[in-house]
Amino acid sequence: MTATRDRFGRPIVVVTGMGIVTSLGAGKTDNWSKLVAGQSGIRTITRFSTEGLKTTMAGTVDFIPVEPFSSVTLTERLADAATEEAIAQANIGSKGNFPGPLFLAVAPVEVEWHARQALARASAAAGNTDINYDNILQQSGGGRYADYHHRFMMGSVADYLADIFGTKGSPISLSTACASGATAIQLGVEAIRRGETDAALCVGADGSVSAECLIRFSLLSALSTQNDPPQAAARPFSKNRDGFVMAEGAGALVLESMETAMARGASILGIIAGCGELADSFHRTRSSPDGKPIIGCVRNALADASLAPEQIDYINAHGTGTPENDKMEYLGISAVFGDFANKVPVSSNKSMVGHTISAAGAVEAIFSLLTLEHQRIPPTINYEVPDPAIPFDVVPNKARDAKVTAVMSNSFGFGGQNATLILTREPV
Amino acid sequence: MTERDATKREAWITGIGIVSSLGEGLEAHWDALQNKSMNVDTTSFAPYVVHPIAKLNYDLQIPKKGDQRQMETWQRIGTYAAGLALDSAGVKGNQDILARMDMVVAASGGDRDLAVDSTIMNADARGNSPPGYFNERLMSDLRPTLFLAQLSNLLAGNVAIVHGVTGSSRTFMGAENAGADAAKIALARIEAGQSEIALIGSAHNCERKDLLMLFEFGDYNLKSGYLPVWARGEHGGFALGSAGVFLVVESKEHAQARGAKPHARLSKVVTDRAHRKRKSITPTLDALWTQIGASSGAHTAILTGASGANSVTTEERAFLEKHRGMAIRATGTAFGHTVEAQFPLGIALAALSISHRKLFPANDPTGLEVEMATSPEQIVVVGAGHWSGEGMALVEAVN
Repeated sequence: MTATRDRFGRPIVVVTGMGIVTSLGAGKTDNWSKLVAGQSGIRTITRFSTEGLKTTMAGTVDFIPVEPFSSVTLTERLADAATEEAIAQANIGSKGNFPGPLFLAVAPVEVEWHARQALARASAAAGNTDINYDNILQQSGGGRYADYHHRFMMGSVADYLADIFGTKGSPISLSTACASGATAIQLGVEAIRRGETDAALCVGADGSVSAECLIRFSLLSALSTQNDPPQAAARPFSKNRDGFVMAEGAGALVLESMETAMARGASILGIIAGCGELADSFHRTRSSPDGKPIIGCVRNALADASLAPEQIDYINAHGTGTPENDKMEYLGISAVFGDFANKVPVSSNKSMVGHTISAAGAVEAIFSLLTLEHQRIPPTINYEVPDPAIPFDVVPNKARDAKVTAVMSNSFGFGGQNATLILTREPV
Repeated sequence: MTERDATKREAWITGIGIVSSLGEGLEAHWDALQNKSMNVDTTSFAPYVVHPIAKLNYDLQIPKKGDQRQMETWQRIGTYAAGLALDSAGVKGNQDILARMDMVVAASGGDRDLAVDSTIMNADARGNSPPGYFNERLMSDLRPTLFLAQLSNLLAGNVAIVHGVTGSSRTFMGAENAGADAAKIALARIEAGQSEIALIGSAHNCERKDLLMLFEFGDYNLKSGYLPVWARGEHGGFALGSAGVFLVVESKEHAQARGAKPHARLSKVVTDRAHRKRKSITPTLDALWTQIGASSGAHTAILTGASGANSVTTEERAFLEKHRGMAIRATGTAFGHTVEAQFPLGIALAALSISHRKLFPANDPTGLEVEMATSPEQIVVVGAGHWSGEGMALVEAVN
């Protein structure tokens, strides 16, 4: 009989369903074939005018139209599509009745411009010549804009998913910035390990490519400005990298205790063997120069999985392509992995799908599990000018067949957020 | 006392930090509640009523001006309260403990730049917005670091930077229930041995027209002048309040090993989400009450975050009526509605009351709140979101 508890006596947490949407397409099949073919989903933005902007490309998901554009509504559709695919694969519960809680990684929600502009027009129609918050506030009540209240609640996407998929209890919407997707998975793993639930739905979704959001990141000098051609903008680990590329997408995972998954005869797609996290107190957008928080985070994940660095066959890097991140990721990994850091394959999915921000941890966990399934490592594309300061084996430009039993997936974010997952094919 | 599940470790509340419209710190709040003090502003945002933050000297908890400048008001309020909680627990500056302290923060987002918004809205409304104007205004007029002051997880980020709390950092969003779920997850992790010590909390700044607008869309704001929560009746609503509330919660073993004394025990937190389109929240609250397992005796009290928002508070009142005779307090009367911070505020005031062996006086002309003659042994904190989510916490005396 297979053991269903880990070395710490905790229930082993397995993945039985996965769903994904990125700028490459919808669904695992389409995404995986394009990812290992080294295709880019980054394109010139057509959703809004980019006049006067330094960055004019992104990994938008344009095949799900939302009119008028709303980041929250797109996020909801992305999350919905990914969750539908994940639950169908897991074949768990019954329609509209998922037997566990929801942990949803999403970008913070706020009132969007189309709403503000509707209010401004209403205020002008009411005779106001100088539009300000006092007079749009006067237009806001009376129920005409009640939908805006519901749409722009921080929990509105989670509420929707909870209703449609029938998750149990209070759905949790969370943000740990660019580590959010990994944190959603970690919360699910912890709940199953505590024995609170046999299953959890962990989703990361992000539909944030609006003009204002792009400008916000641009003002922080975080984005690549290598607009032409857009497919070549994301250059993780290259010497000529100059920032990340904003992107949209969603990843959904059905987690279960191994015991219940086996008992119901579910196909086990992989195992979440370990989770690690550690916060950084150095700076709002920069990592501590000594790399200690990243090092501690990676070590915590390895310890949680009872694995040594040499047992990791592939690192699915955070690899944003910002000068700072990639340098710090190398520093952290090399401190933990020693010489092995230059031997273990390390690639960045973001070179192809861009940075799906709140969704990235979930999207990349799924790509990590697909790597385990197909025994093929997706490449880091646009790798033409190696950075001698980062001597990783980045699986340059072409996918590679390899024996992969354990994958490390890193996520680091603004606000000192660090999270690392360890995923395996078989129980550790 | 309820019977404890022996498989779960006990968690103590060993630190409390509160800042609000009523002042800062435990004594100031206790005195204000005894005196039924109120700090309500009915003019600055008229016709809306708000409970603005008391004047704080931010230097006391956020020594670097550079840090203060990087934050919007909500983050300053929260970072200040977090510092008070760490002081209260006696762990401020204790690198060994702070480096493994797990943070769970309930947060909304930060203030927008209203002037920039207004410029764009004006040009739009006048049809005076050529292509590229929107981008040009945002690119030139937005302060580059404003984004960081708006991001939800940057309250936790600032607490890490200013106070050095770095064990882990998770931010929950989702209005009122984010506060309840933050407490629930932190407690569950401590009970199961996944965490030893946690910092839980939230912050809210009510002096924001953009936020008033969000709630005005749903007609939730109190506009007919200030009244205590239970007296607002069918034309009620909530008066937003500013507050920062943080709690240090740790395993009993961890507290004892470092000689920390508990204010109270955080015994249980339960949350749920009623299908409000289909039915009232009253049965959900009834079910949570059963799960929380409090006694209905003379030593039990209820602190609710009832906001005054019409149907929700009416439905909650139907639940509370079943427990009439028990001492009930609506924290919204004195503090206003602090949204994400309301549930942590309830836990903080419950722990404070238990440590004082006394509940603060009733403040309710309708008579639902009655005086409590005995010392409280158990206080149930109740939270029902104005739009979604319900939760309860059980705070008990440590004997």
